[in-house]
Amino acid sequence: MSNKSEVIATENLIKTKKRSQGADVWRRLKKSPTAMIGLGIIILFLFMAVFAPMIADYDDEAIKMNIKERLQPPSSTHVFGTDEFGRDIFARIVWGTRISLFVGLISVSIALSIGGFLGAIAGYYGGRLDNAIMRVLDVLLAIPTILLAITIVAALGASVLNLMIAVGVSNIPGFARVVRAAVLSVKDEEFIEAARAIGANDFIIITRHVLPNSMAPIIVFATLKVASSIMGISSLSFIGLGVQPPTPEWGGMLASGRAYIRDYMYIVMFPGLAIVFAVLSLNLIGDGLRDALDPKLK
Amino acid sequence: MTRYILRRIFMMIPVMLGVTLLVFFIISLTPGDAASMILGQEATEESIQELREEMGLNDPTAVQYVRYMGGLFQGDMGRSYATGKTVSSEIAQRFPNTFVLTVSAIFLSVLISIPIGVVSATKQYSIFDNVGMIIALVGISMPSFWTGLLLIIAFSLTLGWFPSGGMEGFISLILPAFTLAIASTASITRTTRSSMLEVIRQDYINTAKAKGVSKNVVIRKHALKNALIPAITVIGLEFGILLGGAVLTETVFSWPGIGRLMVESIQRKDTPMVLGSVIVFALAFSVVNLIIDILYAFIDPRIKSNYS
Repeated sequence: MSNKSEVIATENLIKTKKRSQGADVWRRLKKSPTAMIGLGIIILFLFMAVFAPMIADYDDEAIKMNIKERLQPPSSTHVFGTDEFGRDIFARIVWGTRISLFVGLISVSIALSIGGFLGAIAGYYGGRLDNAIMRVLDVLLAIPTILLAITIVAALGASVLNLMIAVGVSNIPGFARVVRAAVLSVKDEEFIEAARAIGANDFIIITRHVLPNSMAPIIVFATLKVASSIMGISSLSFIGLGVQPPTPEWGGMLASGRAYIRDYMYIVMFPGLAIVFAVLSLNLIGDGLRDALDPKLK
Repeated sequence: MTRYILRRIFMMIPVMLGVTLLVFFIISLTPGDAASMILGQEATEESIQELREEMGLNDPTAVQYVRYMGGLFQGDMGRSYATGKTVSSEIAQRFPNTFVLTVSAIFLSVLISIPIGVVSATKQYSIFDNVGMIIALVGISMPSFWTGLLLIIAFSLTLGWFPSGGMEGFISLILPAFTLAIASTASITRTTRSSMLEVIRQDYINTAKAKGVSKNVVIRKHALKNALIPAITVIGLEFGILLGGAVLTETVFSWPGIGRLMVESIQRKDTPMVLGSVIVFALAFSVVNLIIDILYAFIDPRIKSNYS
């Protein structure tokens, strides 16, 4: 009986310990005003993405051409003005948020799962497997990320799905390297040896013991990569290889608005600001997380 | 030293082979038939088949790759589907333009970022430091094609100081080079600052100060030299980002470089040209990294002594 209560007490202790670790990071993150500003901005964007249908009608305001109202400057009916087809720029930016955040998150998930898997087994097993994986990744790394993405989209054709694949694949080597380094930093720790001693298999050791203890750099890297992926998506759309018109996407809006900058500069002002704020907010959070997760700065 | 350089060049060969293999494979996934594209819509089925056979398009991808590599070693990258000119002559004609643009951009950003990074670190948490770091973070977050458009609106359309595009003399280089430099300036500044901060706290800096070396000399001779090593790594990495950014900047400013050539070729489905451009970009990036590694050895005596 007493034995059981002891177990429960220990379990509770572990639970509270676990919870306090997250709370600890959050407490330190809260102290950084820049990270909080970033968090505020990204929550606003998430809100816009989720409630886009309530903010603006997709077919009527973001897609339908309305030549009578073309190229109107910002006013109370069109807060950001209208574009060359008379579409409301604010509505298009709100709907564009969905694309940017969605494609950004999916691409990073692709890169994280494939790159993470490769990095984890390379770091954990070492030796020849490590060598083989890293040499292949060296090849991928020899092509600048955005150029690799452009090449992939150029071959597969421009669509949202191919965009996700292209941006995702081009980020694989980065994630593999970060995860590998993180795994290397913990794999010789005593608790890993202990896990092996009680007979845990490699899969359990990697997923339950190695990865949870090497999460910090991976979380930071992933946050920063969502930012750079959003930038990459709009870059590809800007050169006509990303999201195709009339679907609203920030980079695509800049590309089509380019011809009108002489007289209607607001056309390129607001979509550009949307990109800057989305990317900046994630960079701020990433920087803040890096400091909050750094045990040296505790 | 020579041994180190040779070793690095030797290590580059398999990577470059891998790059050509990878890019060739990706590009070969492109749907559509090159022969029918070259001949146009009115071509007969027979003439298309004939041309396919002649171009070797019926061969397996592996065979095509080996043939391509055979040509590549002799400087032959095939002919453009769109213009019929050789890919190598087109690239050779455009390469200097991209070279001038990227080198001026990296030069500009190093010139601006190192001093700002050093001052920010020596005056940590001062107004200069705080404002500088906020500007740097915003700079990293700005897409180059948007910055380019804003610079065109301000300095070309409104003030009329610079042309809004094209390549006519030195004056047309300023806006694109500056546009391209912004993001790398921001990240080199951040790296210089953080590595300076780390070095400043080292014991040997205190020693130098204690023996009466003036503050300026400590910063320049003792701290900066050591802090530059991480900064140089970032400069190398930034060069890769810069080459990618050149694609966008060249598009915005109608700069006749390889980046714009690549975008135009993709739109025209001119695969040999796309393939050639990507390979040249990757090769340029690898050469830059090689130069960075050699620079390392010159700056860091620890590497030099390993190979002497």
